[in-house]
Amino acid sequence: MNKPLRRIAIFCGLLVLALLIRDNWLQYVKADELRTHEKNRRVLIERYAQERGDIIVGGKTITGSERTTGSDFAYKRTYKNGAMWSPVTGYASQAYGATQIESIEDGILTGNDDRLFFRRTLDMVTGKKKEGGRVVTTLNAAAQKAAYEGLGSKKGAVAAIDPSTGAILALASTPSYDPSRFAGNGKADQEAWTSLESDKNKPLLNRALRETYPPGSTFKVVTAAAALEHGLYDDPDEKTDSPQPWTLPDTRTELKNEGPIQCKDVSLREALRISCNTVFGKIGSDLGKDKMLETAEKFGFNEEQFVPVRATASNFPTQMDKPQTALSSIGQFETAATPLQMAMVTSAIANDGKLMEPYMVSELQAPNLDTIERHSPKELSRPLSAGNAQQLQDMMETVVQSGTGRNAQIPGVTVGGKTGTAQHGVDNSEKPYAWFISYAKTADGSPVAVAVVVEDSDAHREDISGGGLAAPIAKNVMQAVLNGAE
Amino acid sequence: MSSTTHTSTIGAIGAPSRRNTELALLVFAVLIPIFAYANVGLAIDGTMPTGMIGYGLGLGLLAAVGHLVVRKFAPYADPLLLPLATLLNGLGLVLIWRLDQSQRLQQLQENAFGQFNPAAPNQLMYSAVGIAMFVGVLLLLKDHRILQRFTYISMIFALFLLLLPLVPGIGTDVFGAKIWIRVGGFSIQPGEFAKIVIAVFFAGYLMVKRDALALASRRFMGLYLPRGRDLGPILVIWAVSLLILIFENDLGTSLLFFGMFVVMLYVATERTSWIVIGLLMSMAGAVGVASTAGHVQARVDAWLDPFGCYATSGACEQIGQSIMAFGSGGVLGTGLGQGNSDLIGFAANADFIFATVGEELGLAGVMAFLVIYGLIIERGVRTALAARDPFGKLFAAGLSGAFALQIFVVAGGVMGLIPLTGMTMPWLAAGGSSVIANWALIGILIRISDTARRPAPAPAANPDAEMTQVVRP
Repeated sequence: MNKPLRRIAIFCGLLVLALLIRDNWLQYVKADELRTHEKNRRVLIERYAQERGDIIVGGKTITGSERTTGSDFAYKRTYKNGAMWSPVTGYASQAYGATQIESIEDGILTGNDDRLFFRRTLDMVTGKKKEGGRVVTTLNAAAQKAAYEGLGSKKGAVAAIDPSTGAILALASTPSYDPSRFAGNGKADQEAWTSLESDKNKPLLNRALRETYPPGSTFKVVTAAAALEHGLYDDPDEKTDSPQPWTLPDTRTELKNEGPIQCKDVSLREALRISCNTVFGKIGSDLGKDKMLETAEKFGFNEEQFVPVRATASNFPTQMDKPQTALSSIGQFETAATPLQMAMVTSAIANDGKLMEPYMVSELQAPNLDTIERHSPKELSRPLSAGNAQQLQDMMETVVQSGTGRNAQIPGVTVGGKTGTAQHGVDNSEKPYAWFISYAKTADGSPVAVAVVVEDSDAHREDISGGGLAAPIAKNVMQAVLNGAE
Repeated sequence: MSSTTHTSTIGAIGAPSRRNTELALLVFAVLIPIFAYANVGLAIDGTMPTGMIGYGLGLGLLAAVGHLVVRKFAPYADPLLLPLATLLNGLGLVLIWRLDQSQRLQQLQENAFGQFNPAAPNQLMYSAVGIAMFVGVLLLLKDHRILQRFTYISMIFALFLLLLPLVPGIGTDVFGAKIWIRVGGFSIQPGEFAKIVIAVFFAGYLMVKRDALALASRRFMGLYLPRGRDLGPILVIWAVSLLILIFENDLGTSLLFFGMFVVMLYVATERTSWIVIGLLMSMAGAVGVASTAGHVQARVDAWLDPFGCYATSGACEQIGQSIMAFGSGGVLGTGLGQGNSDLIGFAANADFIFATVGEELGLAGVMAFLVIYGLIIERGVRTALAARDPFGKLFAAGLSGAFALQIFVVAGGVMGLIPLTGMTMPWLAAGGSSVIANWALIGILIRISDTARRPAPAPAANPDAEMTQVVRP
């Protein structure tokens, strides 16, 4: 009986050997794949095991971390004045993932970024707990506060940029949400999330970056820039060839002006001051769609921006007939822009024609505050020459001094701007959007360009105009930046 | 076969007793779990666990009792079996205690049963009962050959044990498997004991029938096929194991029984054809059941692609969690008390306890455990080799083979090598029946090895050499 017994011994040995091989396969060959498997909760446990790094505005943190109980995720994110800052930070939720800066700079904030590898290894050897790094933003707390409080209970958005660098100073969106409310993974977090998700006012939408609105009359500055750049008119005070009434080319439809304004053959300056649809419609039509498109795209239209958070591409139609070109040139038809886009347009004009790439993360810091990466301002394009830009500034300043934008005047400061009242809805039945774009200018250039949009406010339709609703908000934002600069 | 002249691995004559070797090894077998215990406490809350002294003393006492009994009643026994079993039992206690500390499992139990009951104190008690069983076997079973007398009674008793969980009133259904009975507040898995009892029957039966099975055969396609009347028993066993599988939803036990019978049949008859027939029959049975029984089908699906059905099937989630626990452990593991193997949920300290070894002790730890199990198996087979009587050989071979199959089926199941069958990892998994039955198994192997290695009695005086008695009229 010993021969089969020896074979049984070998067979048992093979069974154990098979287990050993399987174990090596699992724990050596496949270990990394299983360790980082999407269904492996350990990845999340590890992620929330330490305090998350903070997001900084003006040297102060606008985020925090809180020890949680009753969960295997040790820490959850907290936000200081979360509703005001959520268009900047996005959210980091244990249950619902992360968005925007919280997502893009997640590696730095959790400390898992490859650039922190050496430090992490060092910490592991010295037994130090892993720490997250910090994300320093370009935002201006006072400007953000002015923007957020200015919007108040209205639905709308504000984007403010430093024209000389492209640094984003304010990025507000209302109605907003406090990301602290669903940062954990408990029942309350779930309820908060569900109610936000199903809210018809879409509080989770970052209107400053992700919503496009018909820009209405504010787009006329782009058309004006195109007219100057392509040599249609050389002087803001030169008389234009503008009949009134003016019929859209190839149609029998008359393009109407808002209100009883005199637009026949007025100069560019005057046309911008009183916001003549006929003048700018005809300019667009005279220039043709290719030239209009060229200028619009130089201002950043039809392209997504990454600040580093993705901003939706603003739209200037590429396929249009003549009447559509005319309508697009006064910010209607399919023209649509994000508040950020209109702030970029304004900033390019204020910066003497140079469009700087917008950004809001100025620096990434290691846990010990060493700089890992610093953003250096970059020129994106030159939509118009310095001379033309200065002429356009001059025109926009007239708008604020004596035109539709008088509500944005700041004593002792040169302010240029443009109002907009964009119609939308079937047969323009819905409440229009109130727009205002503006910049402030000091002796050494312009420190701030801002775009404000207010969606259907509770105000009456007649009252909605960029000058009435949006301009005061823009003024307060500019004021806040100017006060800080002094 | 039963002569003392063959060259078995363990020499029969004049072998040293090796009791001191056993004692030295036992010291390690007690110290290693104590260190592991301290390790868990330090990792979880930074202090030496308070129960450490009591636990260390308990384990040490059990080991000491085991050793003294072996020294007295089985002095020539294999010196490795007791220390290895003690080490596994000790580490099993540590692992169970470690999982008792898991917030996640405590919460799970509170939600399900309203309160949390730590498993480690019970396991220590079961270990004591297990050692008592071990001592009882050594004291009562002076010679394993006595069991030969109970061949057919064993068969009936084994079938009785197997069928107990089907009896209404005492049988309980846990997660679909009907393998437990509930008596006076205790859950007992009769299958664990039936494993040993049925080995007695197989050994006794095959010892008698092996010549008939081996020699009376026809050659067919290169295989020696047995006669129909000799084929009967194997068909009966096959049917019984299939019935267990179908009625008790216990794939593991049925596989174990059938595998054990095939192994013993092969050893008894030395006919490879039995292996081939056995394999074919088990395959046919497995395929037949897998394609009809829903829960077996689910296990097979979970084995084939645990992440494909992860969200929809509990079986898949368990396997997926188990595999991820192994993977997350990597080569060196997270260290005791620092893993998250409790994510597996309810069975984390029972069927899936090996996943905790995988995560917290890593590839190194798992290989060490597998080698320890391998050593027990090989010492068992060596005992079979050294045994002088065919009954002892068959009995030891059957027990060792069944033990090997059990390790393969459980560890292979939790590691995703084969479909999961729901059996316990000997000594590691929480559960009284398994610990007690396995201590009994070790007791029997120690008894057989003691008999095998005991110096042969001095030859009886040769009557021829004596003076011829003159019978006077």
